Amino acid sequence: MTPLSSCLLLSSLLFSVGFAGVLMRRNAILILIGIELMLNAANLNFIAFWRYGSAPEALTGVMFVIFSIGVAAAEAAVGLALIISIYRHRKTTQIDRMNSMRG
Amino acid sequence: MTALSYNSLHHSSPQAADQIFVIVQHWIVGHAPVGLQPLLAILLSVVAIVGGFGLLFAITTILERKGLGRIQNRYGPNRVGFFGSLQPIADAIKSLTKEDIVPQTADKLVHLLAPILLVLAAFSVYAVLPVGRNMVLVNLDAGVLFFFAIGSVTEVAVFMAGWSSRNKYSLLGAMRAIAQMISYEVPLILSSLTVIMATGSLSTVSIVEKQAGYTGILPHWFIFTPWGFAGFVLFMIAATAESNRSPFDLPEGESEIIAGYYIEYSGFKFALFFLGEYLGMFAISGLAITLFLGGWNAPLPFLTWVPSYLWFFAKLLTLIVAFIWVRGTLPRLRMDQLMNFAWKFMLPMALLNLITAAVWHFMPAGPVRWLVSIVLVVVPYTVLGRNQMHKGHLEKRVYRFAE
Amino acid sequence: MLFTIFAALTVAGAVAAISLRNLVHSVLSLILAFAGLAAVYLLLGAQFIGFAQILVYVGAVAILIVFTILLTRNDGTFGHSSQASWNLGALIVIAVFGTLAWAIHSSTALHHAPPPQPEATMQQIGTALMVRFALPLEVIGLLLTAALIGAATIALHEKQERP
Repeated sequence: MTPLSSCLLLSSLLFSVGFAGVLMRRNAILILIGIELMLNAANLNFIAFWRYGSAPEALTGVMFVIFSIGVAAAEAAVGLALIISIYRHRKTTQIDRMNSMRG
Repeated sequence: MTALSYNSLHHSSPQAADQIFVIVQHWIVGHAPVGLQPLLAILLSVVAIVGGFGLLFAITTILERKGLGRIQNRYGPNRVGFFGSLQPIADAIKSLTKEDIVPQTADKLVHLLAPILLVLAAFSVYAVLPVGRNMVLVNLDAGVLFFFAIGSVTEVAVFMAGWSSRNKYSLLGAMRAIAQMISYEVPLILSSLTVIMATGSLSTVSIVEKQAGYTGILPHWFIFTPWGFAGFVLFMIAATAESNRSPFDLPEGESEIIAGYYIEYSGFKFALFFLGEYLGMFAISGLAITLFLGGWNAPLPFLTWVPSYLWFFAKLLTLIVAFIWVRGTLPRLRMDQLMNFAWKFMLPMALLNLITAAVWHFMPAGPVRWLVSIVLVVVPYTVLGRNQMHKGHLEKRVYRFAE
Repeated sequence: MLFTIFAALTVAGAVAAISLRNLVHSVLSLILAFAGLAAVYLLLGAQFIGFAQILVYVGAVAILIVFTILLTRNDGTFGHSSQASWNLGALIVIAVFGTLAWAIHSSTALHHAPPPQPEATMQQIGTALMVRFALPLEVIGLLLTAALIGAATIALHEKQERP
C-alpha cells in the first residue's frame, strides 16, 4: 500500500464514521460533530494529494485546507448558535423533536 | 536541534560563558552512539527546560509569597530556612505526602487526565522559546503559531478539570476561565501580529535576531516603537488574563467560587495545577520578551559580554515581579467588566495597533513617522478609555443564562 | 509506523466521538481525533495546517461545542435513533465506506513512488495567500465576520418576547 492510498483510506474511514454519526444519532450537537469529522476527512484528502500529487509547489491543497478550516469554523459557530437558539424555544437538542415550523 | 549549528560555535570562543550550555550539550552528545545522538540532544534540552523552569517555579512561589506579604504589611513565610527561603521544599514535601482525594461522583479518568494535560501543554510551549543564543529546542518555521496552538490546549484541560469534578463551583470556574481565555486570546494574538508583520517571520529565533543591534545606546527592540509599546501593554494585559492572574482571577475568585476549577483537587494533582498555572505565566512572559523585549539581546551595547541566557532570565524575573506587584495592587474585576474590557477596549485597540504598525512600516524614518504613530496610539486610547470610564460600571446587570 | 499510530488514534477518537452516550465524553474523544489528524498533517509536512488544526479545532470549535453542551443542559440520553433507521444508517455507511475503499484499492493512479517532500514554508504560504489567493482570503474574512455577527445575534436575542 502506498502512503497516498493509506492516507486516502484513513480519510474515507473518517468520512464514514462522521457520516454514521450524522445518520445514526438524533442529537443536533452529535450531528454537528459528525459533519466536522467529514470536513476533516476532506481536508486530509487535500493535504494528501498536495503531498503526493504532481504540482506541490503551487500549494493549492494547503490553501484549500486553510479556507476549508475557516469555513468550518464559521459553520460550527453559526450551527451551535442555532442549536442554542432552538433549545431556548423547545428545550431540546434532539432533532426529531424540532419538527414544527412554529418557532 | 536545527538552531544548534556547529560552525557558529567555533567563531564564539571568546563567548565561552555565553555558549557554555550548548558546548556541554554537544560534549555529552558526542559521547553517545551516532544513532542515538539526535534523541539524546533533545532529551538533554528537555531535561534542562524542565529543571530550569521547575527551579524558577520554586523561586517564584517564595518570591510571590514574600512580596505579597510585604505589600500587605505582613512577613510572609519566615519559618523554614533562612528567612523562609526553604519554604518551596516544605511545600513540595507537603503536597507530595497529602492524601489524594477524588470525589465519589467524579469522572475518574478525566479527573486524572486534566492536570497531566495541563502540565504537558505548559511545558511543550517552551520548545520554541529561545532562552539564549543558539538555545532553543526546535526552531520551528511556525514557532509563534505553535505557541498559540499549544497554549489553546490548556483551555481543554481547564474544562476537563472543571467538568469532571461534578461540583458547581468547579464547573462555574471552568466556564469563567474558558470564556475569559477565549476573549483575551483575540487581543493577545492580534497584538503579537504587529511583530510578525514587522519581522515577516513566525519563527521565534528570527524574531529575536531582527531585534539585535543598537542605534546609539538604544536597542532595536520593538517595545521602543509606538506600536510596539502599545502592543506590549496590550499583550501583557491579555497575558495576565490568559494566565488567570489577578486582577483577572475570576475563575478562582475565592470569595465567589472558592477555588474555581481545581477545587476538587488535592495533594499532588493540586500541585500540578499550581505548577501548570505558573509555567503558563512564565511561558507567556517569555513570549512577550521574545516578541517585544529583544529576547536574549542585551539592553545596552556595552553589556553584550553578559551571557545571553542571563539577560533572558533577568527580563523574565522582571516581568514576574511586575505580575506579583499587579496582583498585590489591583482588585478583582467583575465578570461584565472583564468582558466589556476585552471586547470594547482591547480588541479595537489591538486592531488599530495593526494599522499603526503598517503606517510605521510604510512611512520614511524620521520624526514625522513617530508623531503620526504616537497620535494613532494615543487618540484611540483616550477615546476608548473615556468611553469605558463613562459607561460600563453604572449599568444594570442582566442575567441572561441564569433562569 | 508513526502514521499507523496517529491514524489509529484518529479513528478511535472519531468512533468514540459518535458512539459514546455522554456528550462531553464525545467532545473529548473528538479532540483526540482532531489532535491525531493534526499529527498526521505534521507527518505529511504541512506544518502550518497541523498547528492551525490544533488552534482552530481543539482551541475553538471543540470549546464552542462544549459551551453549547453546557448551555443546553442535555439530560435525556436517548441520542440513538430507532432500531429500523439505525439498521438502515449502518447499511448506508458500510456501503459508502466499501465503495470508497474499493475505489482507492482499484485505482491505478495511486501506485507510483512518493515524490520528495515538497516545501511549504510560512513565507511561501503567506505570499500565496497575499498574491494568488488574495480574493478568497478577503471573502473568507467577510464570511467569518458575518458568521461572528450572525452567531452572536442568533444566540443572544429577544428578552421581551418571552411570556
